Amino acid sequence: MSKKIYISGISAISAIGNNVAENFDALINQKSGIGKITQLNTIHKNEIPVGEIKLSDKQLKEKLSITDNQAYTRTALLGITAVKEALKNAEISEINKYKTGIVSATTVAGMTSSEKFYLDFLNTDFYNDFIKTHEAADSTEKIADYFGIKEFMTTVSTACSSSANAIMTGARLIKNGLLDRVIVGGTDALSKFTLNGFNTLIILDREPCKPFDNERKGLNLGEAAAYLILESEDIVKKEHKKPLAELSGYANANDAYHQTASSPEGYGASLAMLQALENANLKPSEIDYINVHGTGTANNDLSEGRAMLKVFDNKVPKFSSTKAYTGHTLAAAGSLEAVYSVLSIQNKVIFPNLRFKNKIQEFNLIPETELIRNTDIKHIMSNSFGFGGNGTVLIISEINQ
Amino acid sequence: MIYINGAASISPQNSLDFNEFVKKMLEYEDDFLKSIKPDCKEYMKPIQARRLSKTVKNGIICSRIAMQQAEIEMPDAVIFGTGLGIVLDTEKFLEKMLKDKEEYLTPTSFIQSTHNTVAAQIAQKIKCHNYNFTYVNRGFSFESALLDAVMHIKEAKKNILIGGGDEMTEHYFHIIKKTGIWKQTPTKNTELLNYKTNGVLCGEAVSFFILSDEKKDETFAELKDIRMFYKPDNVSEIKTQIKDFLTKNNTEYSDIDLIITGHTGDKNNDAVFEAILSENLPETPAVYYKHLCGEFQTANAFAFWLANNIIKHQKYPDFIKLNDKNPEKIETVLIYNHYFNINHSLILLSRP
Amino acid sequence: MENLILKLKKQIIDALNLEDMEPDEIETDEALFDDGLGLDSIDALELIVLTEKNYGIKIEDPKDGKKIFYSVKTLAEFIKKHKTN
Repeated sequence: MSKKIYISGISAISAIGNNVAENFDALINQKSGIGKITQLNTIHKNEIPVGEIKLSDKQLKEKLSITDNQAYTRTALLGITAVKEALKNAEISEINKYKTGIVSATTVAGMTSSEKFYLDFLNTDFYNDFIKTHEAADSTEKIADYFGIKEFMTTVSTACSSSANAIMTGARLIKNGLLDRVIVGGTDALSKFTLNGFNTLIILDREPCKPFDNERKGLNLGEAAAYLILESEDIVKKEHKKPLAELSGYANANDAYHQTASSPEGYGASLAMLQALENANLKPSEIDYINVHGTGTANNDLSEGRAMLKVFDNKVPKFSSTKAYTGHTLAAAGSLEAVYSVLSIQNKVIFPNLRFKNKIQEFNLIPETELIRNTDIKHIMSNSFGFGGNGTVLIISEINQ
Repeated sequence: MIYINGAASISPQNSLDFNEFVKKMLEYEDDFLKSIKPDCKEYMKPIQARRLSKTVKNGIICSRIAMQQAEIEMPDAVIFGTGLGIVLDTEKFLEKMLKDKEEYLTPTSFIQSTHNTVAAQIAQKIKCHNYNFTYVNRGFSFESALLDAVMHIKEAKKNILIGGGDEMTEHYFHIIKKTGIWKQTPTKNTELLNYKTNGVLCGEAVSFFILSDEKKDETFAELKDIRMFYKPDNVSEIKTQIKDFLTKNNTEYSDIDLIITGHTGDKNNDAVFEAILSENLPETPAVYYKHLCGEFQTANAFAFWLANNIIKHQKYPDFIKLNDKNPEKIETVLIYNHYFNINHSLILLSRP
Repeated sequence: MENLILKLKKQIIDALNLEDMEPDEIETDEALFDDGLGLDSIDALELIVLTEKNYGIKIEDPKDGKKIFYSVKTLAEFIKKHKTN
């Protein structure tokens, strides 16, 4: 059984780019993807900014050679697009050469299409194939079928920590000897349903968000898909692969406090961080950088900050939230930020926390606001916390030469 | 070794008490089978239940009963599988949003609509800070949760609270009915296998279990193994999967004392079960369960509850029999289910 | 005022889905949140929409809700004051 879990491929499609290279370019050039809604037909179009992917469903289909009359939800299309890039990046041509599975995360699932046709489906004789795409499994099945993955599949939905959890499950499937290789990540397209849902909670900033700033007013929603290819030590050896990074630790803990709010002291968050360190067999001082959850809501950033102060005994490593670039991409956030963490290690850079001006009055925590280059990064912690108290922390490490 | 030390289910039958359950089958003639409504007040105050939809309430109740049976207060993980999540609240929010043109919306039904509500609410109720997870992969939802629980026990955890469940609503039924997969007219559950009409009779249930590394006096059964396979090409591939699964567990067809199949009342859908029964297990006592709870993504969680109780009590009622063969002993039980030939699963249980 | 209070209690029971509760089970002066009835921040958001939808009064900052929704009495007084203005 594999003791180590290697990351041999990554992918990303988000508001700041349609592939990893474009995402990286935007991250180092400090180009935010937050802007006006153009794809969704909503009354909030002009008042709520989001992190939208610029390609239409039609354009996504064209790139994947899927004919326009086929019922693929935006969630599925983003997922297929990203998985394609990840497989290419990992130089996998024969997918079933090893026992390969997929663990994919989504929260919005088929709602992006269901919300367009729902009343007609319900009240009239209207029928189209989107009647069958509502279930969360739909996007995962579409991805699996597109690439011919049959060995194993499952779908995770744990709110904002979904794809961090998909990564954790994938790693455990390899460690338990059930699979050799797992495609892990998440896909979530923007929908009116989620936009209005978050709006009722009064946690959406009307301006581009300001994570960890004293004047933060809430989060921006975004859409994305991001996947990683996890492989066992065996495959890496047999194929003489040079993996990009190692997934060295993970932990899942629950805040058990409130349905939507985090506990003031971030108890669940600190538990997840501590357990992930333990899982990776690392001391807190060995973490070089944290890609924080940092949504920009009053509650999350305060609670997460306090948890970090506790875990790192007031000596918090460098940290930043990349949600200021992409918005909060919900089920895709954990894997998107894991991909960004791999990029940080590969390129020896730390991406800045855009729009930060003043530190939160409750504590003395200042995120990185400038791009840092040529910095040695051995271990990165990536945080994901969500509704229902679901929290998962990943640790991604440089490959030991 | 993995043991099941707690098993509770709220379904359209009297499944909260196995002795009541075996006495008589509750009969329905309806579009779909609806779960009985348990008395919530025994388990939570109205103010605590105010935001909780049916599946969440039933999940909380089942998890509590399963934990009591297993005599544990804090599980090392809470894992739930659901194909659709909380449909009623999803519809409430969606319909309001579409009808009121995105105005005057309130958060409650949105918060409830997220798939992870059941596992999260259980954690919140019992203040469980441990691993918390929700799988949502159609007919693999419960099975994924079960597999995760198995991995946890192998990773040296002690007690895992794991469940599966789905809910059916009038609106969702009406919409999906158009696809033709469901029975188009109200159907008597007692006549499910008469095959008078096409389509499956759908339903709902929620079940919870405690998986443990320790055998106790109360232990229901031992879980030997679980396997999922996706969209098999033909019956021959299914047979290979079953054979391989049994071989891996040092089991022969002849060792199986009882098989539980996922017959749904749709002839095409049930053909693979018939093929396996007649060709591979012609002499084996066989039972079915979807006339009790209906078909849905996590119906197999109900089958898992049934199997556990059959093994523990060493008996089952006549109204679940598929053939007239009776086992001398019930030591080894195989559950074979599939969800619309997309998600197939095998679960092997034995007497502890 | 008595009418408004009874109406509000009924609306609160309805909006917050307090199944099996009767209006007279909510004390007029009792705290609605925390140690009182036990409502929380999500209920506060429901009450904001209730006030806007039924009485046409918009509460812009959710933080103001704490005082306004302290009890059924404070809410009734708030509505009375803002409706006549």
